[in-house]
Amino acid sequence: MTDMASLMEDRAAAKVISGNLRKPVDWDSPKISRQIKKRYAAERRFKMYGLSAIAIALLALAVLTYSIGSKGYTAFFQTYVQVEVFFDPAQIDPDGTGDPAVIGKANFDGLIKESLRKRFPEVTDRRSKRDMYDIISGGASYDLRERVMENPSLIGQTRKVWMISGDDFDMLNKGYISADVDEGDRRLNDEEISWYHALQADGAVEKQFHTRFFTNGDSREPELAGIWGAAVGSLYTLAVTLALSFPIGVLAAVYLEEFAPRNRFTTIVEVNINNLAAVPSIVFGLLGLEVYLNVMHLPRSAPVVGGLTLALMTLPTIIIAARAAIKAVPPSIRQAALGLGASPVQTVTHHVLPLAMPGILTGTIIGMAQALGETAPLLMIGMVAFIVDIPGSALDPATVLPVQIYLWADSPERAFVEKTSAAIMVLLGFLVLMNGFAVYLRKKFERKW
Amino acid sequence: MKKTLAVAALMSVAFVGAAQARDQIRIVGSSTVFPFATAVAEEFGKTSSFKTPVIESTGSGGGLKLFCAGVGEEHPDITNASRRIKKSEIETCGKNGISEITEVKIGFDGIVLSNSKDAGQLDLTKEQIFLALAKTVPSKDGKSLIDNPYSTWNEIDSSLPTVKIEVLGPPPTSGTRDAFTELVLEEACEEFPVIAELEKADKKKFKAVCAGVREDGAYIEAGENDNLIVQKLEANKDAFGIFGFSFLDQNGDKLQGSKIEGIEPTFEAISAGDYPVSRSLYFYVKNAHVGTIPGIKEYVSEFTSDKAWGEEGYLADRGLIPMDAAERKAVHDAAMNLAPLSM
Repeated sequence: MTDMASLMEDRAAAKVISGNLRKPVDWDSPKISRQIKKRYAAERRFKMYGLSAIAIALLALAVLTYSIGSKGYTAFFQTYVQVEVFFDPAQIDPDGTGDPAVIGKANFDGLIKESLRKRFPEVTDRRSKRDMYDIISGGASYDLRERVMENPSLIGQTRKVWMISGDDFDMLNKGYISADVDEGDRRLNDEEISWYHALQADGAVEKQFHTRFFTNGDSREPELAGIWGAAVGSLYTLAVTLALSFPIGVLAAVYLEEFAPRNRFTTIVEVNINNLAAVPSIVFGLLGLEVYLNVMHLPRSAPVVGGLTLALMTLPTIIIAARAAIKAVPPSIRQAALGLGASPVQTVTHHVLPLAMPGILTGTIIGMAQALGETAPLLMIGMVAFIVDIPGSALDPATVLPVQIYLWADSPERAFVEKTSAAIMVLLGFLVLMNGFAVYLRKKFERKW
Repeated sequence: MKKTLAVAALMSVAFVGAAQARDQIRIVGSSTVFPFATAVAEEFGKTSSFKTPVIESTGSGGGLKLFCAGVGEEHPDITNASRRIKKSEIETCGKNGISEITEVKIGFDGIVLSNSKDAGQLDLTKEQIFLALAKTVPSKDGKSLIDNPYSTWNEIDSSLPTVKIEVLGPPPTSGTRDAFTELVLEEACEEFPVIAELEKADKKKFKAVCAGVREDGAYIEAGENDNLIVQKLEANKDAFGIFGFSFLDQNGDKLQGSKIEGIEPTFEAISAGDYPVSRSLYFYVKNAHVGTIPGIKEYVSEFTSDKAWGEEGYLADRGLIPMDAAERKAVHDAAMNLAPLSM
């Protein structure tokens, strides 16, 4: 009886409820299916926007890479000319001493000129002869000297020698100088082009891999100019930057995140660090000029000063990245460490920092990559300069990769156009390596919890 | 701890380094002279027992500022300039203890107005260039000054082509721009009676009118990079560019220089002084450093040798236009005696 009554009550209640409910949705009705279609379309559109953003970025990257690559790849090869050289004992070592000091001082330039005169005996006019000597670069005599120094038995013999060509000849061989325009309008006259064809017919012109580009310092002769001096300068500069900005940046971040009280002072410091990250880099250059050169009297153009200046610029980036990484370490780790009796310093050094390290390192490397590409602050401290010698320490005058690119881009000789693009490729290569290293570090140290 | 030590060591090394004597010449200054000075420096480094000098490209004004900052090895020994040193700069030098400076004139540089070979060659007068580029120009009836109304070349003179005026040139910070303003615009503007009258009435305004370059897009500041201008001219055959002669010399297969006052910018015409837009290039030596820093005299000697700055020297190959033999000899002798400049 009671069961019956309760059942009736339930039914009544159910009726009330179902009366209050909306009608069940008919998912197959045309209105609803239209709505669903719209939602799907919006979703597809949203995905398309994202995809097209990526496509635009990739296209821009492809155009950049192509334009640099297509202009620059030829710089990795250099035209060499084969000429028969008679290693004249009378010129090199007249007394037959075999003394390296005597051989080193010999006029190898004269030997090359003599060989060219022999190759083209019909050239007698003084002006034409001068043009003819330009077929072979002024740097070839150093190669020849080295060859003889290594192998003195060459003296007295006649050998066919591949020698590095001058820049105009190289441009002609690479097809950058067209023979179709008026003679007066090109760098090489008809006579010079006829020599080229004669040499080519002999099979005496070929392109070889241009190792000098990777081993030489800067030069005003495009065929002798290399990237190594600037690369070493960049290396020293970045080493100084890293040695300063990494420890200082990490310590500042640790203090601000883990130990600093929250008060007005720390807020001001925080705001200033964020502001500094957005200050134009030239301002740091002016600061470097005033502090390091005018007050501390450090040497101009030295990577030490460049490194110190760039360290100022990189510090905010590292501090911000390091703070974010430290903040991302879950508080439970700290609480567990403290709960088990670790001191706050032990908690930070044993637990928080190792866990935050991947993030800190990534931020540091991004900051370093930014420093690697910087020219403006270096202008003020004299690193935008023509420097032939490869720096031997962080105190020698040096320049850096982006500055080298800037200087070459501004040189009138046409052969520097391809050098500029090639130098950009080297710089991009460095950046890819550094970013790759950042990814590797992140993968290696990353921990999930 | 290790890192702090490393940093400390680095800093101390830095200070020791600063205390060491400098055995390398330091040169600053003009970006126009830079390609010539670097060529000399490289040759000097290769053929002498001295180190290759370090050369910074700071611009003429910036170079003289550094040069005049004082005597001592932290200051440069030589500065290059694409214009003559100013009286005010000599005074600054004097105030900082630099009493003796040797001036060495090294040759000439032409400034060219050039365009792509695919278009026709122009023959312009300085007045026409002024009308094309100045911000304010005399009105057609010549009575008043108006904002530059010309948008195509033929509006200035019917003999010129019906092509939009589009000139790429250096920014005001550049020495090339200074020289162009002085040699073309300022000279031309005096030829207009209405502006010449202004000279007596309002000197300040006169100066502004003569040196004011239009900002409505017809003159495009292309930065200090002349190669960039060359590339843009290749792409746009209607555009003209203003830059140094050496860039025209290197790109003669693609570009042509416009005739100015009927004279084409060629090596010979500039050398003979016929081409109207050419300037002298200089470098300045701090006499107090000669003897303290090794090699300065030898560097000057290399620069002023016929092998370098002669008619067939390696600097001529790079586009420097040499002086005649008599002047070269006079400058060389004065330079070797370190005859101080007096103005």
